[in-house]
Amino acid sequence: MAGRGKLIAVIGDEDTCTGFLLGGVGELNKNRKPNFLVVEKDTSITEIEETFKSFLARDDIGIILINQFIAEMIRHAIDAHMLSIPAVLEIPSKEHPYDASKDSILRRAKGMFSAEDFR
Amino acid sequence: SPPNLEFFCFPSRAQTIMKARLKGAQTGRNLLKKKADALTMRFRQILRKIIETKTLMGEVMREAAFSLAEAKFAAGDFSTTVIQNVNRAQVKVRAKKDNVAGVTLPVFEHYHEGTDSYELTGLARGGEQVAKLKRNYAKAVELLVELASLQTSFVTLDEAIKITNRRVNAIEHVIIPRIERTLSYIITELDEREREEFYRLKKIQEKKKALKLKNEKEMEERLKKIDLLFE
Repeated sequence: MAGRGKLIAVIGDEDTCTGFLLGGVGELNKNRKPNFLVVEKDTSITEIEETFKSFLARDDIGIILINQFIAEMIRHAIDAHMLSIPAVLEIPSKEHPYDASKDSILRRAKGMFSAEDFR
Repeated sequence: SPPNLEFFCFPSRAQTIMKARLKGAQTGRNLLKKKADALTMRFRQILRKIIETKTLMGEVMREAAFSLAEAKFAAGDFSTTVIQNVNRAQVKVRAKKDNVAGVTLPVFEHYHEGTDSYELTGLARGGEQVAKLKRNYAKAVELLVELASLQTSFVTLDEAIKITNRRVNAIEHVIIPRIERTLSYIITELDEREREEFYRLKKIQEKKKALKLKNEKEMEERLKKIDLLFE
């Protein structure tokens, strides 16, 4: 592992993961554990939450990309994450375009901007 | 009797000390206010940038998703192959520190390392679409790293601003009133002691005057008696 280098983890549907893996973010660590999770229709919420928490616990992950519709499923776990690192970024998926009102981070600054900024 | 407070052996010195403390607290409060203002300004800037970047990201992701669909159409379903062949990450991020008004913000910097694990994907067919796909997702990754930096700064600043404001309020509503109350108490005490002194002095003067009058009268009487003797 590169000294201070941190990985970009992905929790997303198959297309999202494939895309980002082709972008070069995928890695298996010493224990053959991947830094991504392909979420399918039958993936349980517990599994998603466990993976998310395990990513948070790893010290070699700097950023966690997660499809917004999956983030909705484990919203409580994401809201509970107060630290600045790893950064949790919600990204849109093919079926679910990005919805700013659901984003954890932006909700913290609720009063400070209006819907017009998103035009 | 005066209360047993540590400073009351030398109330005038206590007053000087308290005044200095008050000045110190006020200066501290003003400095913290300035810090909170600077942080809030930067906070708003970052928030605007986040909104901008997130909107841009939505578009970039859409384009990337399209190119993925195109590539799948041309090269067939390579998802399983890609997922199975994960080995070493080519793109990683480093955490750097940025500093705003004394608050260190973590910032991400992306860097490349090693070779493309997927050089051979799409070699059979759809090579061009796969290459375009890789480029699009690489671009998305860069943008997302920038977004992540903005986000971490945002979260860190949020906390810092809350803490600073809490401190400003504490100084303004607890510490300064406390000092002011102590100061006014000291001044009242000093005033009262001065009044006591003054009163005591007056009383003594009166007594002295009364004593002097008495003595003078006595002398007069004696002199009269002596005069009478000499008549």
